[in-house]
Amino acid sequence: MTEAASSLEGLLREALAPIEPPAALAERLESTLTSITEMAADELESWELSAMRDPRNWVRPAAAVVAGSAAGSALLLLRARRRAHEQAGGLDALRDAAERALRDLSRETRKLLDER
Amino acid sequence: MADQVSRKSKAQLDAEFADLYRAHLRDVYSYSYYRVGDHHDAEDLTEQTFLQAYRHFERAQRESNGRPLRPWLIRIAHNLAANLYRDRSRRPASPIDDSTNLTAPHTTEQLVEGRDELSRVLDGVRKLPDDRREALIMRFALGMDNREIARALGRSDGATKVLIHRAIKQLEEIVGDQEQLPASSAEQSPAGASQSHTREEGSEHD
Repeated sequence: MTEAASSLEGLLREALAPIEPPAALAERLESTLTSITEMAADELESWELSAMRDPRNWVRPAAAVVAGSAAGSALLLLRARRRAHEQAGGLDALRDAAERALRDLSRETRKLLDER
Repeated sequence: MADQVSRKSKAQLDAEFADLYRAHLRDVYSYSYYRVGDHHDAEDLTEQTFLQAYRHFERAQRESNGRPLRPWLIRIAHNLAANLYRDRSRRPASPIDDSTNLTAPHTTEQLVEGRDELSRVLDGVRKLPDDRREALIMRFALGMDNREIARALGRSDGATKVLIHRAIKQLEEIVGDQEQLPASSAEQSPAGASQSHTREEGSEHD
């Protein structure tokens, strides 16, 4: 390795120093994961696949999936609202935020339903 | 009884996922930040990465055969970042997207502020093609070795070694060019824009 490359690697280590995540992110993420684990897992995990043959049994797991998704999406909505306020964009920004949150909720629900 | 076993297993899985999360939150956030260059997007990316990881954790554990899961986590972040750029390129920026550009500079950038050498290196990294930039972020920000980077990028160990070698070589050239440019013309170059590069067949890619 040339001296220049070695010196460049030293600079790269300094320039690309690891970044501590904001405390608020860790807090929010832990809260989301906890909500999803607690709200949905109890319902979904104990559910026998055989019970799913009867359409009358579809309501509870579907509700659990939505509850789990809602926990994550509620946070997404809150963040979108926060951004909208920062932007001071008024009604248009809030409408965009709500649309984004609905899209997120729908995507999360679809993924969970596909996997179960 | 079966339910108890299943619940214990679930509790164990959750505990192990919590360990993974605690061990690698900083890695995923650092990768996301250097990848997207924006504080809000990095937070979103980190959050989505761990939500997706949670959904597939059991299978990932099963298929990892005891190997570390950090490359798998970073690969999720890598794919989500690619999706983010793809989605953005398909629609015009909304007012909310615009707000991401208003965030205060990150402390790391404040750290390098005033240190011309580090600023030039960061600018140079931003100008690298995506795959080379990502490899350098994984190596220097996350301290991943060639094998881990290879798993995260879905390449062979050999191809990854070549990729990193070429990334450093190209960065040397970019930084060297910047040093020779007068300050005024250097400022006109589009920082953050990825340069296209000609791929050398059968080397970095396999």
